Amino acid sequence: MSTPAGPRRVTLFVTCIVDQLYPEIGKATVQILEHLGVAIHVPRGLTCCGQMAFNAGFRDESYAVAGRTIELLRGQGDVVLPSGSCAAMIRHLYAELFAHSPYARPAAELAARTYELTEYLVDVLGITDIGAHYQGRITYHDACHGLRFLGVGRQARALLAHVREAEIHPLPNCETCCGFGGLFAIKQHAISEAMLDRKIRDVQATGADLLVTGDASCMTQIGGGLSRRSIPTRARHIAEVLANMVDARPV
Amino acid sequence: MSTHTLHFFERVDTALHDATLRTALDRATARFVGNRARAMSALSDADRLRDQARALRAHALSRLDELLERLAERVEARGGHVCWASDGEQVKRYITDLARSRGVRSIVKSKSMASEEIHLNEALEQAGIEVVETDLGEYIIQIAGETPSHIIAPAIHKTREQVGALFEKHLGMPPTTEVPPMIRTARQALRQRFLRADMGISGVNFGVAEEGAIVIIENEGNARLTTTVPRIHVAIMGIERIVERLEDLGVLLQVLARSATGQKLSVYTSIISGPARPGEADGPEEFHLVLLDNGRSQILGGQYAEALMCIRCGACLNACPVYQSIGGHAYGGVYSGPIGAILTPLLQPDLPDSHLLPHASSLCGACQEVCPVRIAIPDLLLRLRADAVRAGKFHPIEKPAIQGYATMMNNPALYRVGGKFAHLGARLLRRKGRIRRLPPPLHLWTRGRDFPALPAQTFSEWWEERERQRRSG
Ligand code: SF4
Repeated sequence: MSTPAGPRRVTLFVTCIVDQLYPEIGKATVQILEHLGVAIHVPRGLTCCGQMAFNAGFRDESYAVAGRTIELLRGQGDVVLPSGSCAAMIRHLYAELFAHSPYARPAAELAARTYELTEYLVDVLGITDIGAHYQGRITYHDACHGLRFLGVGRQARALLAHVREAEIHPLPNCETCCGFGGLFAIKQHAISEAMLDRKIRDVQATGADLLVTGDASCMTQIGGGLSRRSIPTRARHIAEVLANMVDARPV
Repeated sequence: MSTHTLHFFERVDTALHDATLRTALDRATARFVGNRARAMSALSDADRLRDQARALRAHALSRLDELLERLAERVEARGGHVCWASDGEQVKRYITDLARSRGVRSIVKSKSMASEEIHLNEALEQAGIEVVETDLGEYIIQIAGETPSHIIAPAIHKTREQVGALFEKHLGMPPTTEVPPMIRTARQALRQRFLRADMGISGVNFGVAEEGAIVIIENEGNARLTTTVPRIHVAIMGIERIVERLEDLGVLLQVLARSATGQKLSVYTSIISGPARPGEADGPEEFHLVLLDNGRSQILGGQYAEALMCIRCGACLNACPVYQSIGGHAYGGVYSGPIGAILTPLLQPDLPDSHLLPHASSLCGACQEVCPVRIAIPDLLLRLRADAVRAGKFHPIEKPAIQGYATMMNNPALYRVGGKFAHLGARLLRRKGRIRRLPPPLHLWTRGRDFPALPAQTFSEWWEERERQRRSG
């Protein structure tokens, strides 16, 4: 855990999805943290938390990937992720994955210093106003893993409330899953799409031009659905909003 | 993929294309979810109550054999009979033999998922005995020739309009969509059955070890008739549904009613401790308690033991966006929704596609959030998935795909190169910054959603470049 005084330093784990699909989210996260005076370290070769294999039931494969991640994050101080789902994997599910294994202790120790981004900003740094600006209507979707396994939601709302000129419109059923769920979206694509349909109906009801969430995966699901239906509402990660980078990428 | 695998997907597909089902589920689950939320938030100490409920269930399960024996002893001491049944066949034999030896021709039933679990009605009907479900919901699906699709609201998948049509056809009722006249008609039809029945079969919400009693809660009053009017009462109880003392009910009945329907308590709570005693005017001449194991003792003590804490409130079904989309029948087993996705593979492992049920969840955690005994449903689903993989039950494409993923993630050089190839591929597919069709099996993703185009530079590449510039600058 960080001490409240002195310059801060964190290890940033952007996750595989952000690294490969949405580098802007990573850049936005860097910009926010550096703006707040936090020094950032990114370990070389960090790839994935292992969640995909774990959720699919392939624990041996997940063990290998997650074990490597634990090694790379050993002794690296506070770890911040711009993803509720991957942070929940480390905080909540590593205990299950590594129970009775040599990694049980390092996993618990890592879990104790791992934070989802908004949680780190609000609960650790005590910051809710980052000086962000957005002219338009924003609505916020609670990504399930962050919400239910980390208790994240209040922090994001506090941060969004300080975005200048933004109108915040509550999303009906904001706590209902968008239907992503990793491989669920492919293996059970029909159910996943039915869930997405409802989410999109709710998003449209808000009249928002920006749908904000704290998880790149939900953003992919909802954004992909909006795009397919030619609905102009854009889906953005909260880091992109806070770093004034909403326009940094095309869709 | 086996043809049975297709069955699950076919059921899902049918459900998703059924607009009436969608209407019925939307209406009912929204009502249940709202009622539960209001009832729970009205409690100042809901969290503490749920912790207590969980502790009581854990305690009872940790001493299950002892408590069951005490229950059985006390029931027998009061003149009841106890049947220890290790599976459904034993129950069916016990009850049909009993019915035959006592000349039973007509049976009324109330409140029993356990009897659904063992398909008791079929066995009784084959033995030439008339069986009538007396809970309104159960009665509706019985005349419709269907099975329950919800733990506490078996006909949740039907709209009022559909029930009106059923009553018109089977009970000769004038067409209506109003609920009160339908209830009146059903009540009249059932009244005759109660008077005619020689045996009443009920479920059990809780068995109370100290008292040697069973507890049944309900809102309609028909369980009271079922257990008292006919001369024989048979109660079927899953062995896990036990509590130690009467006092424990104070906590459990509260959280059960609030989680299930949003009521503070159910309208009727019956505590039954045996047949009518000499001189008592009401109650059956004979009382039989069937203790049904049917795979439960196998679960006890293992990594799924927590599932036995379930008090069948149905809250997790209502809260589940998957259940809300596909309804209960798609699950294929007796129990549906998130807890059904756990219980069905455990209790009915012979169902060929039951291993797919744990995958019918996005792991969003809404179920765990509402469960009054805080069962870690997503964790159990994940364990079942891991078990299925260990048993070789997965789609053939999955293993190479996951192994490829793991190899890539464990090897930064490969991860980079793989990313580059993906980027090149994505460039060919990209239109206006997004991808409208991915190659199989990922085309399943792009059926209803666009995929983002891959960027020219990954975050790691950007970061390393920045670090290099910083060092040299
Ligand atoms: S698992 Fe929990 S929420 Fe679901 S039916 Fe059982 S007790 Fe109720």
